[in-house]
Amino acid sequence: MASVYSPPGFNFSNEIRNNFLLEKGLPLPKATSTGTTIVGCLFKDGIVLGADTRATEGPIVADKNCEKIHYITENIRCCGAGTAADTEFTTALISSNMELHALSTGRKPRVVTAMTMLKQMLYRYQGHVGAALVLGGVDATGPHLFTIHPHGSTDKLPYVTMGSGSLAAMAVFESGWRADMSRDEALNLVKAAISAGIFNDLGSGSNVDACIITATHTELLRNVEMPNQRVEKERKYAFRRGTTAWKNQTVRDLIVKEELTTVGAGPGEAMDTT
Amino acid sequence: MSIMELNGGSVIAMVGKDCVAIASDLRLGNQALGISANFQKIFPVTDRIYLGLPGLATDVTTLRERFRFRVNMYTIKEEREIEPETFARLVSSTLYEHRFGPYFIEPVMAGLSKTPSGGYKPFIAAADLIGCLNFAKDFVVAGTASSKLYGVAEGLWEPDLEPEDLFETISQTLLNAVDRDAYSGWGCVVHVITKDKVVTRTLKGRMD
Repeated sequence: MASVYSPPGFNFSNEIRNNFLLEKGLPLPKATSTGTTIVGCLFKDGIVLGADTRATEGPIVADKNCEKIHYITENIRCCGAGTAADTEFTTALISSNMELHALSTGRKPRVVTAMTMLKQMLYRYQGHVGAALVLGGVDATGPHLFTIHPHGSTDKLPYVTMGSGSLAAMAVFESGWRADMSRDEALNLVKAAISAGIFNDLGSGSNVDACIITATHTELLRNVEMPNQRVEKERKYAFRRGTTAWKNQTVRDLIVKEELTTVGAGPGEAMDTT
Repeated sequence: MSIMELNGGSVIAMVGKDCVAIASDLRLGNQALGISANFQKIFPVTDRIYLGLPGLATDVTTLRERFRFRVNMYTIKEEREIEPETFARLVSSTLYEHRFGPYFIEPVMAGLSKTPSGGYKPFIAAADLIGCLNFAKDFVVAGTASSKLYGVAEGLWEPDLEPEDLFETISQTLLNAVDRDAYSGWGCVVHVITKDKVVTRTLKGRMD
């Protein structure tokens, strides 16, 4: 650490060392990815977004109940698939920039603004920031729904799916989507699409999250459907105390003990205040 | 052979009733060759936050100092101790800063966070090597024995364990998982953090 100041943006100081290790035949460890089924769908008064809640590290389920619907602004939300850290940090960065943008223009932010910021950032990193996004929201110009690919291309469609479970979810949308659905019809269709991903795609699993955005109100429905709840264990598996053999113990006491020692004048001899 | 397996090592953290526990093995190796049986991977951050750093040993040392620096800067600027949730974000953004040239570390954090009513709430979190946080309500694992730790912990963990019972559960989980991992082992250390004390115990484990 040469100085206290660290410049903004990414730090490439480990690049040379890591490339050296890579050349010696040591591959990069896997980052957490969201195998993921994420969807979005247009209905009569707005947008419904949906996501599963599984995060994977290769074949291991790293998180059984993670959140994939990210906050952009009060009327815009974004579902993320791909490299988990990338979706998390890109949406957080764009969310901050959207807040600043709204403050400087004095207007309610638009969905296209968020979409443009996201695609410009992802294009700049040429696909190395591995975020595949479904962006949805309602602004002054009405409801909008976009998909943004890791390389920066975008689509604007009435119903969209992304992630490894996108094929399963799209099959449900293709057979069930109609124009001008009611709020409940749209929510049920999104639930069915995510469930198709959860049960048919190995990269997706656990629960259904949904978010309903209308012109006046945004409602996040965390774990609306929990079809994979674990049943309570029938027996207790706690070990009897004293099972584990240990060699030594140190106890760090966090309670601050204070002892007052009077110095100088002894007790009973009050200070002369005349 | 991955970079994570160069030095070996594993960490686990668990939530109990008004307490948390974090434990690790003590091995430092050079691939299959054991180098040290007293390589600490868990470090105190504040009185009530502990941080485990399994992964490449050079990065364990580097990041430990880096986090000590950044926590000290936070303490000076804010004039208060850092909360576990805030510290988790600090760890996450430090790792993501090195997104394209990462540190080979998968941090595990355990601590007690202050509630507005003056009590303490258990907190655990883990991150991958580029800083994607995982806030679990039960347990988090990392390191070369992580796949084994997931299995054993999933079977043994139960909610609302008292500190003494949590010690047994986390110790047995770690001991048994580490015995099935060639790159972890050579003794274990367990920290149980409660409201008014931190108990640290070194376990008797297999030395092969």
